[in-house]
Amino acid sequence: MKGKDIQIKVCMGTGGLAAGGETVLRAFRESLKEKGIDATVDRNCSIHQVGCRGFCARDVLVDVIIDGEKTTYQYIKPEMVPQIVEEHIIKGMPVEEWTVKDDYRQFHEKQVKVVLADCGEIDPEEIDSYIDRGGYEALRRALTEMTPEQIVNTIEASGLRGRGGAGFPTGLKWEYARKNPSEVKYIICNADEGDPGAFMDRSIIEGNPHSVIEGMIIGAYAIGAKKGYVYIRAEYPLAVKRLGIALEQARQRGFLGDDILGSGFSFDIKIKLGAGAFVCGEETALIASIEGKRGMPRAKPPFPVEKGLWGKPTVINNVETLANVPYIIRNGALWFAQYGTDKSKGTKVFALTGKVRNTGLIEVPMGITLREIIYEIGGGIEGDRRLKAVQTGGPSGGCIPAHLIDIPVDYENLTKVGSIVGSGGMVVMDETDCMVNIAKYFLEFTQAESCGKCVPCRIGTKRLLEILTRITEGRGRPGDIELLEVLSNDIKLGSLCGLGQTAPNPVLSTIKYFRDEYEAHIHEKRCPAGVCKNLLTYTILEEFCKGCTLCAKVCPAGAIVGERKQPHRIVQEICIKCGACFETCKFSAIKKG
Amino acid sequence: MITLIIDGKYVEVPEGATVLEAAREADIYIPTLCDDPRLEPFGACRLCLVQIKGMPRPVTACTTPAREGMEVTTTNDEIERIRRTIVELLLSDHPNDCMVCEKAGDCTLQELAYFYGLRENRFWGERRQYSKKDNNPFIERDMEKCVLCGKCVRVCEEVQGVSAIDFAYRGFRTIVAPAFEKDLNCEFCGQCVSVCPTGALVGKLSLGKGRQKDIKRVDTICPYCGCGCNITLHVSRNEIIRVTSSPDTLNEGWLCVKGRFGFKFVNHPDRLKRPLIRKNGRFEEVCWDEALDYVAERLKEIKERYGPDAIAGLSSARCTNEENYLFQKFMRAAVGTNNVDHCARY
Amino acid sequence: MTNSIQEIEDNDLIFVIGSNTKENHPIVALRMIKAVRRGARLIVADPRRVPLVRFAHLWLQHRPGTDVALLNSMMHVILKEELYDKEFIVMMTEGFNEEFRTNLEEYPPEVGEKITGVPKEKIVQAARMYATAEKAGIYYTMGITQHSHGSDNVFSIANLALMTGNLGKASAGVNPLRGQNNVQGSTDMGCSPNMYPGYQRVDIPAVREKFERLWGVRLSDRIGLTASEMTFEAEAGRLKAMYIMGENPVLSDPDVGHTVKALKALDFLVVQDIFMTETAELADVVLPGACFAEKDGTFTNTERRVQRVRRAVSPPGEAREDSWIIAELSKRMGYEMTYNTIEEVFQEIGMAWPAMAGMTYSRLERGGLQWPCPTTDHPGTRYLFKGGFPRGKARFTVVKYRPPAEEPDEEYPFVLTTGRMLFQYHTGTMTRRVPPIEVVAGEPYVEIHPDDALALGIKEGQKVKVVSRRGEVVVRARVTSRPDRGVVFIPFHYREAAANVLTSSLNLDPLCKIPELKVASVRLEPIE
Repeated sequence: MKGKDIQIKVCMGTGGLAAGGETVLRAFRESLKEKGIDATVDRNCSIHQVGCRGFCARDVLVDVIIDGEKTTYQYIKPEMVPQIVEEHIIKGMPVEEWTVKDDYRQFHEKQVKVVLADCGEIDPEEIDSYIDRGGYEALRRALTEMTPEQIVNTIEASGLRGRGGAGFPTGLKWEYARKNPSEVKYIICNADEGDPGAFMDRSIIEGNPHSVIEGMIIGAYAIGAKKGYVYIRAEYPLAVKRLGIALEQARQRGFLGDDILGSGFSFDIKIKLGAGAFVCGEETALIASIEGKRGMPRAKPPFPVEKGLWGKPTVINNVETLANVPYIIRNGALWFAQYGTDKSKGTKVFALTGKVRNTGLIEVPMGITLREIIYEIGGGIEGDRRLKAVQTGGPSGGCIPAHLIDIPVDYENLTKVGSIVGSGGMVVMDETDCMVNIAKYFLEFTQAESCGKCVPCRIGTKRLLEILTRITEGRGRPGDIELLEVLSNDIKLGSLCGLGQTAPNPVLSTIKYFRDEYEAHIHEKRCPAGVCKNLLTYTILEEFCKGCTLCAKVCPAGAIVGERKQPHRIVQEICIKCGACFETCKFSAIKKG
Repeated sequence: MITLIIDGKYVEVPEGATVLEAAREADIYIPTLCDDPRLEPFGACRLCLVQIKGMPRPVTACTTPAREGMEVTTTNDEIERIRRTIVELLLSDHPNDCMVCEKAGDCTLQELAYFYGLRENRFWGERRQYSKKDNNPFIERDMEKCVLCGKCVRVCEEVQGVSAIDFAYRGFRTIVAPAFEKDLNCEFCGQCVSVCPTGALVGKLSLGKGRQKDIKRVDTICPYCGCGCNITLHVSRNEIIRVTSSPDTLNEGWLCVKGRFGFKFVNHPDRLKRPLIRKNGRFEEVCWDEALDYVAERLKEIKERYGPDAIAGLSSARCTNEENYLFQKFMRAAVGTNNVDHCARY
Repeated sequence: MTNSIQEIEDNDLIFVIGSNTKENHPIVALRMIKAVRRGARLIVADPRRVPLVRFAHLWLQHRPGTDVALLNSMMHVILKEELYDKEFIVMMTEGFNEEFRTNLEEYPPEVGEKITGVPKEKIVQAARMYATAEKAGIYYTMGITQHSHGSDNVFSIANLALMTGNLGKASAGVNPLRGQNNVQGSTDMGCSPNMYPGYQRVDIPAVREKFERLWGVRLSDRIGLTASEMTFEAEAGRLKAMYIMGENPVLSDPDVGHTVKALKALDFLVVQDIFMTETAELADVVLPGACFAEKDGTFTNTERRVQRVRRAVSPPGEAREDSWIIAELSKRMGYEMTYNTIEEVFQEIGMAWPAMAGMTYSRLERGGLQWPCPTTDHPGTRYLFKGGFPRGKARFTVVKYRPPAEEPDEEYPFVLTTGRMLFQYHTGTMTRRVPPIEVVAGEPYVEIHPDDALALGIKEGQKVKVVSRRGEVVVRARVTSRPDRGVVFIPFHYREAAANVLTSSLNLDPLCKIPELKVASVRLEPIE
């Protein structure tokens, strides 16, 4: 009799693929074939592709599961595969040198995985691996045991709020749509994830597309929609592909189409590709885009739940929101509500990036502090530098300064400090980050992505950017800070949609917490973080310079002069402020400032 | 009917009216650039922001439906500050060349700048550059003057059903353009020109022909098809330089290419200016007395010789009722025949 | 129009037949588009894919000249499915009898399809859509009337409206769209051989006596000649003189060769116009008139709305207002017309015709008034036949399909249909002198279906000779699927390729004497 199965799971999320996941997978396949593994170990040994498990920096991540015992390898390259097969799979001795260490465990320790529970465990292109882990159980229960009203009540009781940014209670939204007597209704999954550096929704769809589909079907049943759309950006080819496969498999299994599971309820989903406009994440713009029009928001009311796609009541939920639904139905509202704070229930997925040691995709319970995220999950700041701020919520969010990192992360508290939860971007910044420059970076993005419809957003953000630019270039004028504040407030109050209403947030929050940096730029023509090139001067401190000539060798502009063994000098007129000398000097003889 | 309170004033409006419509009903002025009662509300210019009690932020009056008991404030320091900023932002991206602009004197942006007394601008910065010159013979488009109110786009789609233009690009670079930024190739109804609040769209025929203040406006009826569109002739120095139409007419201010741009024939050099009599096979100019006497004489002669029914008259659908009446009266009473008809059949 | 332009936006159903509304009545079309945006259904019946088809829920592409068959077939369905308005028929109409119904029996959708080329399912669908709509309006123009059986077409339309009770109420009705600014007014004013102003017959003695009193002169009791008859009479030498004011029959009338010949045969031709038209060139005397912008008066539009025309500029040179010219001529003919102002003429119209008696210039100041407006406190009439018809009950007419007088054959295999296009107007006297219009629409063309073009070896833009039994013109081909196979279209605005060189002046409607301008047989020969 054969023993238990051996499973090998190779990360084939976008991170895994970029690190060479496909070649690793192929190497395993070849190696196993070569060894005739099933016969050799007398077991069924299978290889699976899985989605993102979060710690993308360590890719390619590979799980080897023998007798239920999971060993995770990190940084795997194809050439390492034969050794793993030989030592671990055949001889049962894990290659300790390549397995993950404490920091990997620490990365996961404080995380609570609800939405991502099956991500990285299941093969996203194989419906059975989702079903094996309880997938579509919630749908069966919803359709056969629950009324739409009960579903809505369950979601309401769970406290689930929209994960796209605004945090509107999902149950309430569904309730509005459910009560609408219209014969035709729609449900739309908003997968137009547009924040720079955000990859939460992408990873969910790539890692577990069925959870989103199941959530959509349940939502459709609850509100009475017969047709759904997934609006997804074309820049996510892998997600689009896997979603397409998943939809087809769901149709084959009768989870989509006519008379689902014999319940009499019919529903199907269409994929609609977005062309990469950030504003199409705004729901009315998204609707316009699906209708074939230019993606431009319109004024609300009427809200999409009253008058949405093709003028019919429409529920638009974000990917993460929908992915939560099957787990809530399966495990109950109370189970979900055990996580989180009073008003913000459940977990939230963040894309943790920036100057933190461990970057990647994390899922944490609402109410966790920023400190826990940064120092425990994130492993602290790179190079042990000082934390300066955390930017959350992408271009619509704000910068939270270091002294506030003990606040709990939830909708209310982040709003209180001038930022937002947003869709889940989280950028950690340290003392080498210039806050004026950060604000400028986000404004570059928003002003380019403004749809151009309303004046405050179209011209206002452009002017904000111009003012920020001149400040970072040393052309700031007295009064510019106040002008930024006044204009920001007018844009916030005057703009039509969320894009414009939140676009000044990065400016306002950085002024609020880092006004001194702005002042240094304007009045002293100095960038305290040493980022803004126009305000930088590199000088060589004679007393420390040994005349090793290293700096002169790396200087691409030939701006450093001096005799060997004599103190060198930087010719300021020629210096392009690239910082190469600064990085190179072994004696800390170069001063930046 | 629902009642709401605007600036302390009770206003009654029908269900479905917007706050802006209600304010207008009560003669309360709210500035707008993108509103046109004939088009779907758009909410782009943001000038009509008002504060409604209970709402967390100002909302646009043009898109907000009036509700029973609503308390609306149309002006306060904050609202005026935002409006001023909006106008200032628009002017910071505008050529401000009113001294040579065709629209001067009839330009909403100019009025707003005047209203807010904007001479300095806190936001001077980059201006959109637009140098493309369209070759079409009707409509001059200058996207530097465009405030992107979207009226032209909407009128072209909603009213004219043509959709010849739409917004292109994003952010600060946004412009209104025909597909692929080619030249306009549309019905040239000029509806877009008629709704443009600035000098971004103007009729080419009127360029440089006369300032608003020098223009005599005469309301009359279009001479083309049978729709009977009301038109206003803009006359300068005894020349029609432009045709417009008022929104409160049976044609709601809309015209077609002929009605709006087809007036150049009036002062065409080919116009007949003197009576002509064919003498020896060629036309010769004569004075009215000679011409009229000659016609009367010949007609009398024929009538005497062959009877009145040997004469026939064709009247014209071009002419007025009065002229048609006189024409048939002439044929019947002066000539004595019922041989009178007109072109109804063709 | 029985109803008003403004009412269109409240129609539930709009049935456009034989009207290229979007190009020829652009502003009426805008109301239709508005109605469609508000939820109205639109049926367009036209042999060509006219621009309005883009907004239509149903397009019936019937062969030119088969309107009666199409309409009868629709009525057949309405009868069979009992979708007609029984109460209206009983109360308001007569003639919905055995004969009428038996006649419709002959036009089941299968027969309709055979004659018209419209799939029978679409005929059934159109019938149901029209008959089940609460407020259905029919709109037509010359596509209905300019046929050798134009009157039959109009009767059929009336039958359809009567059958479904779509007369005498708002946002419904039978609505011919008048093609010229004041063609309604010209007819109202009695510029017709059998009617005095206000549709009062010249051959009724009491009427004649009334006008004799009003005008202080003895009047003829003989019905006069229609325009088309004038041409024949002139050619025959019986008509000796013509006075043509503001008309260009050489281009607008069928068979140009015939018209020119007739006008040349006259002893004396006076043309009063603003330009040297093709007709004026044949005249003995040309009198320079004033254009619309140079005079005061009124126009009556297609919805019977009388509106003020106001003088904005002075006429060029010695050109004079037409009213002045007529009065001067009249004086010289021995009949004095003395009016101090043009409004006095208007007041006299009110005396002649009660339907306009309630109108004064000051009442017309804003927006005008729709006749009937009998008294000075009458608001005018938005739609006709409210509460009944002038003759008592409206009458159904038995109409049988008759094919067009000229049908394609081996020698002339194509059906030519003519019409206007958006940019040009009528004979082009005005628009062809508007330079920007000439830039975008300065050249005549013939529309031909791609399949036909391929078979004949005709390429887009290629010059083509179009030949009929009357004559030939050379135009560029516009290869487009707007017309169906076997049908070609030429706009008639262009003197250099006058479509009416090809049409026939012989095939007149027996009742109205309207020529068959919408159907002629031609062949096409590519040049080069």
